[in-house]
Amino acid sequence: MTQAGASTATELPLTRRRLDRDDILMRVGICVFIVWMLVTLILPLWWLLSKSFEGQKGEFVGLANYVQYFSTPSLLASLWNSLFVALLTTAIVLPLAFVYAYALQRSCMRWKGLFQALALIPILAPSLLPAISLIYLFGNQGLLKEWMFGVSVYGPFGIVVSQVFYCFPHALMILLAALSLADSRLYEAADALGASKTRVFFTVTLPGAKYGIISAGFVIFTLVITDFGIAKVIGGRFNVLATDIFKQVIGQQNFQMGAVVGFVLLIPAVVAFMADRIIQRRQVALLSARAVPLVPKPVARRDWTLFAFCAVVGGLIFGILAMAVWASFVTRWPYNLALTLNNYKFGEFDSDGWAAYGNSLELAVWTALIGTVVVFLGAYLLEKTRAFAAGRLLAQFMAMLPMAVPGLVLGLAYIFFFNEKGNPFGFIYATMIILVVNSITHFYTVSHLTAVTALKQLDAEFEAVSASLKVSLFRTMGRVSVPVCLPAVLDISIYLFVNAMTTVSAVIFLYSTDTKLAAVSIINMDESGFTAAAAAMAVAIVATSASVKIAHVLLTRRLERTTQAWRRR
Amino acid sequence: MTAREAAQPPYLRIERLKKQFGAFSALKDISLEIFPGEFVCFLGPSGCGKTTLLRAIAGLDIQTSGRIFQADREISDLPASQRDFGIVFQSYALFPNLNVAANVGYGLVSRGLPRREIATRVDDLLKLVGLPDSGLKYPAQLSGGMQQRVALARALALSPGLLLLDEPLSALDARVRAYLRIEIRRLHERLGVTTIMVTHDQEEALTMADRIVVMNEGVIEQVGTPLEVYRKPASAFVADFVGTTNFLPAVVLRPGVARFGSVDLACDIDIQPGPGNDVTLAIRPEDVVVRNVAAGAANSLAVRVADVEFLGSFCRVQLAHDGDKTMVLADFSINVVRDLGVVEGMELLVSLPPDRIRVFPAAAGQP
Repeated sequence: MTQAGASTATELPLTRRRLDRDDILMRVGICVFIVWMLVTLILPLWWLLSKSFEGQKGEFVGLANYVQYFSTPSLLASLWNSLFVALLTTAIVLPLAFVYAYALQRSCMRWKGLFQALALIPILAPSLLPAISLIYLFGNQGLLKEWMFGVSVYGPFGIVVSQVFYCFPHALMILLAALSLADSRLYEAADALGASKTRVFFTVTLPGAKYGIISAGFVIFTLVITDFGIAKVIGGRFNVLATDIFKQVIGQQNFQMGAVVGFVLLIPAVVAFMADRIIQRRQVALLSARAVPLVPKPVARRDWTLFAFCAVVGGLIFGILAMAVWASFVTRWPYNLALTLNNYKFGEFDSDGWAAYGNSLELAVWTALIGTVVVFLGAYLLEKTRAFAAGRLLAQFMAMLPMAVPGLVLGLAYIFFFNEKGNPFGFIYATMIILVVNSITHFYTVSHLTAVTALKQLDAEFEAVSASLKVSLFRTMGRVSVPVCLPAVLDISIYLFVNAMTTVSAVIFLYSTDTKLAAVSIINMDESGFTAAAAAMAVAIVATSASVKIAHVLLTRRLERTTQAWRRR
Repeated sequence: MTAREAAQPPYLRIERLKKQFGAFSALKDISLEIFPGEFVCFLGPSGCGKTTLLRAIAGLDIQTSGRIFQADREISDLPASQRDFGIVFQSYALFPNLNVAANVGYGLVSRGLPRREIATRVDDLLKLVGLPDSGLKYPAQLSGGMQQRVALARALALSPGLLLLDEPLSALDARVRAYLRIEIRRLHERLGVTTIMVTHDQEEALTMADRIVVMNEGVIEQVGTPLEVYRKPASAFVADFVGTTNFLPAVVLRPGVARFGSVDLACDIDIQPGPGNDVTLAIRPEDVVVRNVAAGAANSLAVRVADVEFLGSFCRVQLAHDGDKTMVLADFSINVVRDLGVVEGMELLVSLPPDRIRVFPAAAGQP
């Protein structure tokens, strides 16, 4: 061991590598990325935090707002309500989604493709859709009102049921991935040792999916606690954190208290995020390269039981979806059930009419286009920049942070930051630009991780080869990395499109009269009592997302046939 | 080699190279000279620093301190893109979405050469590596060996002054590997490009290299021709890593004689320890003589055959000496085994020729 202390006077000086043009460009790129993240995420959050320490006139009041928050019983109640609803939803969704995922991955039941597609549809819908559906099903004039035995759908019941519908596909996707990997040799070994089916399930299957289950739990919890739309539409007088922020800011114009609630909301989201990160870090690859993939064998009784389960769950999902679609075409619920297109004449219910839908479409397209470029470039810079550890680490942190920030909090932070007098970026306030920037930032992390995963699958020496051939890194990115990652690039753009199309919470504070969005107009029309029109708008959003998704699937298939010919042997 | 060394200045000169990864020293003060047109192998176990040294020469992972000169130009702090080398990786790193011709011509296109010129050059290169008609195929459609040859053609496209091969054959099966060994050697002879190959496979190094650089734990153990490295290993590590060696614990009696068990063995003691010091004697199994050993002859050893392992063209025999306390491995040709009727349990007299015994300090602690 040569030690630094033992070095003699003849020690040669440390070598500092000279930078070539690519190095400089990439470092500049990372710095630009850091500045971008500063402006779109860190500074707004900082402004939000400092706002929560200010009085009505902008003077510093220390913790006074927080003291007031925690001594106001009605506000504190919302915190408990939020936690209660989030935990209850998690407890319901996790087992349902696990069995559903198990049926799809580990059984030989029929119609797997259909069940999978059905269960994933809610992702394409705004969270408001199940809430509206439930009002039609169990509301004051609901189709199945008698089933409620006098319990009002407005309140925790409605919220939890809607949240279950809304969170189910998110949990399902994670669990599908967790259960997709299994080493059949483990099962054969357990079988050979004479373990019962139950014992095998608890000692092999469940531990193998452990990290997926934990991750799904955190995702559900965070989704529920940060969601705004469902509580707004069906919460009634049952207040939660998300609706409190809205009331403080929009209702009472009490921005300082809004900031406080925003930070209170940020805490559980950040804690869930960090806990998940820490636990996932302990995950080691359970599957060695020599694992033999498990292929389920038909077992009639198990398969039909799981089929029945999926039929019930899938049926409920379909029912909720179908209710919204049906309601959107009904003339006057429940008195005149004749079908009509009148509910889609949005101009008659809301001053913006179809323009709101157009705005949403515009937002989704810009978010997908610009977001994909920003995300992929950012991920490429982070993955491929040589040395520059400090910059990369900072950028890495900033890319992961948006996952922990609820949309509502980010939107509120944007108001404070971009509305500040003298902010050079102030001009984007109340324009489409701020909505696009907000959406890209809000949905950044998942897209970033998709891009990183795709880039990691490329041979790590591509850049070394191109340097030895004196070819610029950026040329290799264009000629090799992007084409090879094209499927992932498409995935990212679709993810951004669908989320920008359906989100409410991220944009509720940021739209202006010129840029009102479809999801916002659902809330407005619902508030004004035009529930059918609200349902119609929700259906319009689902239809749009679904068409884009279907186009994506077809396009990906085509791509695989034509430009990706090299993948085939 | 010595003639060449005297005739011309080194093409690549490495001076006191160090590489730290945190507290871990991957390279400890490495100095090395490589001459024009040489084929040099860096040989060593995984983690010995051979790949780190190669990547420092390429500028892919720069050294912590130390200097590198290539063709009299100091390149110590230059980025890879400003150095003159072609490189082939174990993973091939072929661009999967570009066909073979586009892969080989990848560096040429950026040079802004006319298309026809590029096409001609690519054709020439593909002919050179023996794949004249594969230009339109994609890498995934080729076998591993063919992919490796495409990678070689791509590395040679810009006519680099230095060719770096990072375990180029490790991912291939034995037969293809043996074939490519000859191919690469032939290519090297034809082009005369100075070549460095990293490998952990001693057979590869012995058959391909002009000189072998044996490395262990960040240090160069020995630099020499394959024959020198095999015949005269400079350390117990080299003796053990390259080929098979018997290590016999002994004590120095007087200059030129060491005692092993109850036997006095004459040997060239070229290390310092005086009488009474422990040493390790090393002798290769094939150097153990069994024919015509007279009783009482110098360096003779009475042994019992403990085990005979048939290995095709020869037998590896375990010889027990001094009861069962020490075992000596010996390789006997099939002829010897047949002529002497070597079987388990047989008593034999063998001799260890003094000029084949290497003496190392005991502390070098080989098994």
